[in-house]
Amino acid sequence: MTRPFSCPRINYPGPGRSLDIDKPFIFPDRSTAMPSLSIRAGGLDLKNPLLLAAGILGTTGASLRRAAASGAGGVVTKSLGSAPREGHPGPTIVPVECGLLNAMGLPNPSYRGFQEEIDSARAGGVPVIASIFGSSAAEFAQIARGLKADAFELNLSCPHAENYGSELGRYPDLVESVTGAVKAASDVPIWVKLTPNTADILELGLAAQRGGADAVVAINTLKAMAIDIESGYPILGNRFGGLSGPAVKPVAVRCVYELAARLEIPVIGVGGITTWEDAVEMMMAGASALQVGTALLRGYGVFEEICTGLARYLERKSMTIDDLVGLASRRLS
Amino acid sequence: MKPIDCTITEVRSEAPLIRTYRLDKDLDPAPGQYLMLWIRGVDEIPMSFSSPDTITVQSVGEATAALFKMGAGRSVGVRGPLGNGFVLRGKRILLIGGGVGTAPLAFLGEQARRAEISVASLIGFRSQGDIIFQERFESISDIDTIITTDDGSAGIPGHVSAGLAHLDIESFDQIYLCGPEVMMWDIISRLREHADRIQACINRYFKCAAGVCGSCCLDPEGLRICVEGPVIQANRLLEGEFGRYRRDGSGSKGPCKG
Repeated sequence: MTRPFSCPRINYPGPGRSLDIDKPFIFPDRSTAMPSLSIRAGGLDLKNPLLLAAGILGTTGASLRRAAASGAGGVVTKSLGSAPREGHPGPTIVPVECGLLNAMGLPNPSYRGFQEEIDSARAGGVPVIASIFGSSAAEFAQIARGLKADAFELNLSCPHAENYGSELGRYPDLVESVTGAVKAASDVPIWVKLTPNTADILELGLAAQRGGADAVVAINTLKAMAIDIESGYPILGNRFGGLSGPAVKPVAVRCVYELAARLEIPVIGVGGITTWEDAVEMMMAGASALQVGTALLRGYGVFEEICTGLARYLERKSMTIDDLVGLASRRLS
Repeated sequence: MKPIDCTITEVRSEAPLIRTYRLDKDLDPAPGQYLMLWIRGVDEIPMSFSSPDTITVQSVGEATAALFKMGAGRSVGVRGPLGNGFVLRGKRILLIGGGVGTAPLAFLGEQARRAEISVASLIGFRSQGDIIFQERFESISDIDTIITTDDGSAGIPGHVSAGLAHLDIESFDQIYLCGPEVMMWDIISRLREHADRIQACINRYFKCAAGVCGSCCLDPEGLRICVEGPVIQANRLLEGEFGRYRRDGSGSKGPCKG
């Protein structure tokens, strides 16, 4: 399997020349029994542990359904707030060495405008997790009360939107109170997505657990920046953005390991997962389920590619998917 | 790729609100492909190529207004060429364009003539003063050049579709379409039975231009127009959002305008 990123330079989608688009995916013959990838994590039953991460192709019901049809075990929507937002001016992304910088700025049509997209996405047959953001516990709770989804993921970690995301999520007491408020307002599982832009992510995970979270999701992007050396301008329209992709994977693996070792609730691992080997590593670190985002630069085929590799690995090792979760900490216990 | 630095070498006024900018680099685009133009300190916007080293821009908002203040010698950031362009098929083609949407078609027509493909053009504008690239289309169209204007000040009066009656649609191997969505939808609706022979260069709200953010996804398939388009075969546009609604920068649905 070729890695989509050949460090030190990102392999960015090149110019196409023809009308041929991604051909419909033909699922491999599964008549020979492959190990099951189904897993229960964060209060949801998943046919496989690989979910579409928030902010990636999560703007319409059709694009979420397409991820489901391509093999995602679940899909997370674009983060939804209480009022429509256009997001930051461009450039909104910068491909950098071994990763991608983005500052989209939480564009969304508001949770009221998005229910029909969620309803459409649910026809894809996998759980639809609504990512939501607000500037206070009350605003989070208001959105959770007004929206129907299979679970909520609280965006307490976006590093580039004023008054939102990590501006709340870096304070353990706010993580706890927001989580508690949403938990009280909703009867579906609550996942809390954590920021790595802190001295101690474990404090944040423990706070989410105290607030009643059903799972934590780690990690969101690392706050970062790129400058155009021809002109001296910061490239992102917002100056600062979040770094994702292979560059952040070792950070994510460490965060997941630290969280899983101490928390009683499951950890959903996200950050730079690009190949099935990355998926195995993240589960060994302690992730009960996984999310992929930047790897979608290669197209929707990544879900099936990673799941197939994961199943073959389990077969070769005569392991179950549950054996993988947290193996790294059991090795040293 | 990060944006590359391009210097504007020439600015040419085509019509009151339309200018062509020549860049100091030939990025080897296919007609229909686009670039992301970064006007530093303002915004980054998608622009179609009107030749291998030019873009033709209509002033419509903050970013294009900022560009219109820039002359030769100033520089911009460029990502591209991006997306899938037009593919030449057959020996006899028809170009149908409206307004600034004629720009990639003039580029395509020049490529077609070099490949000894016969070309007919049907191009429409609001008024005589808005006509652009008339000479380019007349020199590439060995079959016919038909011009329409909404106000009847030049050519055939009426919308672009008023010119269809003057053409034998069956005789063309492939039809290439670019212009305002309302105009393209009018043409596609009228030529529905030919939709598998129409390549349409369409426009949606692009943010990332890398196929990951989802802002340009088109119902009902969720086609990512920034990487799977902007040229789409028209039979994929018949039953969905195209011509009926579009999403804005926040993802809210609204009517198609223009």
